[in-house]
Amino acid sequence: MMWKFLLPAGVFAILVGFFFVGLSRDPSQVPSPLIGKVAPTYSLPRVEDTTQKVSSSDFAGKQHMVNVWATWCVECRKEHSVLLEIAKKNVVPIVGLDWKDELTSAQIWLAQLGNPYLATAFDEKGRVAIDFGVYGAPETFLIDAEGKVRYKHIGSLTMDVWEHEFLPRIDGRIK
Amino acid sequence: MSHMLKAISFLLFGFLFFCSSWAVDDAQPFADLSLQSRYETLTHQLRCLVCQNETIADSGASLASDLRRELREQLAAGKSDDEVVKFMTDRYGAFVLYKPPFEPRTWLLWLGPVLLLLLGVVVAVRVIRKRSLMAIDILDDSDEDRKQSDQA
Repeated sequence: MMWKFLLPAGVFAILVGFFFVGLSRDPSQVPSPLIGKVAPTYSLPRVEDTTQKVSSSDFAGKQHMVNVWATWCVECRKEHSVLLEIAKKNVVPIVGLDWKDELTSAQIWLAQLGNPYLATAFDEKGRVAIDFGVYGAPETFLIDAEGKVRYKHIGSLTMDVWEHEFLPRIDGRIK
Repeated sequence: MSHMLKAISFLLFGFLFFCSSWAVDDAQPFADLSLQSRYETLTHQLRCLVCQNETIADSGASLASDLRRELREQLAAGKSDDEVVKFMTDRYGAFVLYKPPFEPRTWLLWLGPVLLLLLGVVVAVRVIRKRSLMAIDILDDSDEDRKQSDQA
């Protein structure tokens, strides 16, 4: 007789479990299929000086971060000071990917706010961003020495994210 | 009076067209009709990840227009539907597909409703059987029977 009462309670518990997991997830955070795979290659004009190129081959064998930003992106402005602080720590170089932006605005941005990037690639048409599976700025990738994507962070970087998500994944550092 | 009704219905009818005529996709259609129909089918199967409840055919987001451009170029270059879809899922994951694929990870998603329906049928059948037995008991007015059914 007891199971008759336990069954609905059990079904209810399962539903609670589903809702608890389902509703605590952020649907805007879509996991990237690129994790663990070789990062896309690119060769784009450099924002700081468009006569130069920024290519993925420039960073072959070096672990680095790729930060996707744009001057139209409000969150990126918030994130910028964090990038400057991370750059100052000199742990890994940050490569910028300026996504669907205006060149002069981007140059002014870097001149006024400071430049945390080793180099910034100018992805005017957003093609390289598609290869990276970017769907909103800012997004930040960690690429290891083998050229594989090790981690992707969607949204603004904070020092907390840097310390807890990036630092432990960076080689040659004892946490 | 009937004139006014006519005018109002004309007006409402007009609004109907007004709403549907705003297309997001302003790209030049393919000259090749079969290519165009493949393009339209594919844009309705791919999700815009910025506004997640819209396909790239319906979304006005700039990412959606970039993905449509990518789609057009690849179709024009002779890529097959499967190749184009693979291009998208390689970069954005299975979530970019508006209709989730049937794979171990999504079995529960696809089969869940059927399972729940079956569970409901089983419960309903049991309840109905019990109720109909109870109804027979009530009709049968002998005290003996009632005693027996109480004990059962």
